[in-house]
Amino acid sequence: MSTGTLAEPVIELIGGRKTYQTGALSFEALRGVDLRVEAGEYVAVIGPSGSGKSTLMHVLGCLDVLTQGTYRLTGHDVGELDEVDLAMVRNTQIGFVFQQFHLLTSLSAVQNVELPLAYRGIGRAERRALAVEALERVGLGDRLENRPGQLSGGQQQRVAFARALVGDPAMILADEPTGNLDSTSTEEVLGLLDELHAAGRTILLITHEADVAARAARVVRVLDGLIQEDAR
Amino acid sequence: MTWAETFLTGWQAIRTHVTRSLLTVLGILIGIAAVILTVGLGLGTQQDVSAQISSLGSNLLIVTPGSTTSSAGMRGGFGSATTLTVADSQAMASPVVAPDVDAVAAQRTSSQSLTAGDANWTTTLVGTTESWADVRSRTVLQGRFLTDEDETSQATNIVLGTETATELFGTTFAVGRTVTISGTEYTVVGVLASAGSSTEDNLDDTAIIPLSTMLNSIVGGTGRTAVSTVYVKATSTDTISAAQQQVTALLLNLHGITNADDADFTVSSQDALVDTATGVYQTLTVLLTGIAALSLLVGGIGVMNIMLVSVTERTREIGLRKALGAPPGAIRRQFLMEASILGLVGGIVGAALGIVAATVLPGLIGSSIVVSPVAVVGSIAVALAIGLVFGVYPAVRAARLAPIDALRSQ
Ligand SMILES: Nc1ncnc2c1ncn2[C@@H]1O[C@H](COP(=O)(O)OP(=O)(O)O)[C@@H](O)[C@H]1O
Ligand SMILES: [Mg+2]
Repeated sequence: MSTGTLAEPVIELIGGRKTYQTGALSFEALRGVDLRVEAGEYVAVIGPSGSGKSTLMHVLGCLDVLTQGTYRLTGHDVGELDEVDLAMVRNTQIGFVFQQFHLLTSLSAVQNVELPLAYRGIGRAERRALAVEALERVGLGDRLENRPGQLSGGQQQRVAFARALVGDPAMILADEPTGNLDSTSTEEVLGLLDELHAAGRTILLITHEADVAARAARVVRVLDGLIQEDAR
Repeated sequence: MTWAETFLTGWQAIRTHVTRSLLTVLGILIGIAAVILTVGLGLGTQQDVSAQISSLGSNLLIVTPGSTTSSAGMRGGFGSATTLTVADSQAMASPVVAPDVDAVAAQRTSSQSLTAGDANWTTTLVGTTESWADVRSRTVLQGRFLTDEDETSQATNIVLGTETATELFGTTFAVGRTVTISGTEYTVVGVLASAGSSTEDNLDDTAIIPLSTMLNSIVGGTGRTAVSTVYVKATSTDTISAAQQQVTALLLNLHGITNADDADFTVSSQDALVDTATGVYQTLTVLLTGIAALSLLVGGIGVMNIMLVSVTERTREIGLRKALGAPPGAIRRQFLMEASILGLVGGIVGAALGIVAATVLPGLIGSSIVVSPVAVVGSIAVALAIGLVFGVYPAVRAARLAPIDALRSQ
């Protein structure tokens, strides 16, 4: 289940529309998006601020549902799923990385990384071993017990990557992961993404910076809720 | 997540806001302490009253003039105080008429001023007979108690309680000294051993003279045959109710009353007295406990309030946990657990406070407080339940948050 079968694409979005309703006002953030991502692909989604990138990521990450259209994740239609099943899908299929890191400040690095496994019901010892392994994978094997406040921005984002990786998801969704980082840390994180891609991970990277998008083999350009260009 | 992990997560969340958490549980804490104190005070007072009543003697029946039944409004003119006589008490002592009665002691009391030299002391003067010491389970410390000889000769002999003796003579070595009451001199023949004063009724502040002397020299006039109380001692614990029936039947007969409802006297057992006395305290305890329960309710609302604040503050955390795959149930459990821990902490700290107060207070207010384990365990359980119940609404709200709105907040 980790990387999907060869026949099934990881992401298959057909005619995806998302309308936000704010009181009497309604705003269509996605206006009919078709997107297909195969296992092992490294895709960058680029577009100006407000173009609908985050909305797209939330839909793909099962954090939000489409107003119209179909979304199949590793071949399964997620439109049919209820809250509990969606939680399970997020837990097992998707690894999120956010611009603001979103680490819990009261927990140590290793405890943060353990969280997805805790919700999967994996026992303490195994959980910790996997979390340590993931932190070593991102080069933070010596920072296990540090709290987020004791880590640099780049290190915090690497902890977030470890947390995204630890559950062995079908894909990694990273929304502007370098948005809050200086150039050195940005290079670190992009290097990590390259390594993960080389290791066969499916990655969807959202950014508004062209030089960041250039690292990916495929660049999807979004504008006003529509896919403008899909260049391989 | 296992329950143990949910507990640890909740505990950690509470520890990050120690002051706030303590303030939150203050209402519950005070409520629980108050419940333990009021229940303890109720029990303690009941215990005190029972002890006081049993200190009257053992296997005791107490016959008093007048009736407690409402239908007995008759004989108003005579006054209830004259309906019990020396002759009545003598008849009760008959082993033929009342075989289950072991001993009888009639007494007539009056508040009198006693003088010895310069010392002056007002006490309860008791006129009674030799059997009183046996019936009331009292012994003498010095000298002797009154005798039948004192009674028949209307002797001017007196027996003092330890406190009365000390007040008059500065010592309990008072045998042979003289006490003056209403101009008559009495010779001290004995001093009672201390019965240990219970809080309200000081059993050591008393003076006892022969009943005949009391009735003729102190009371006098038309009231000279009436006694105020007759103590009847049954032969054993098992025969108390038989003795009570015999005494009642005898008195009805002597007073010429056919309907027991019209009785002009009351025969009560110690048990009945204890029940009457404790009934009052039970009502009081229920009332006070009700007030304490209100405090618990207020405490519960405090917990709900702070949990709602906590849900709002941690919207992002909730969103993140959901993004990582926490199902709504896990979020609900986490907040329910936190609210329960708050309730439990309030309960335990409140119980501890109540127990400390129950240990310190009796010395200050002079009545016993009995901490009952049932009340302690029960109130901690109630505190836990309050946290749980008032945590439901915040927990449901947390679980319902859409992950996306939660992540976007701030
Ligand atoms: N919850 C929402 N309610 C209303 N409008 C929203 C909401 N979320 C996003 N939008 C609007 O949808 C558009 C796309 O937003 P977003 O997907 O966050 O863009 P991007 O990530 O590309 O900057 C924006 O115009 C934004 O104002
Ligand atoms: Mg965005």
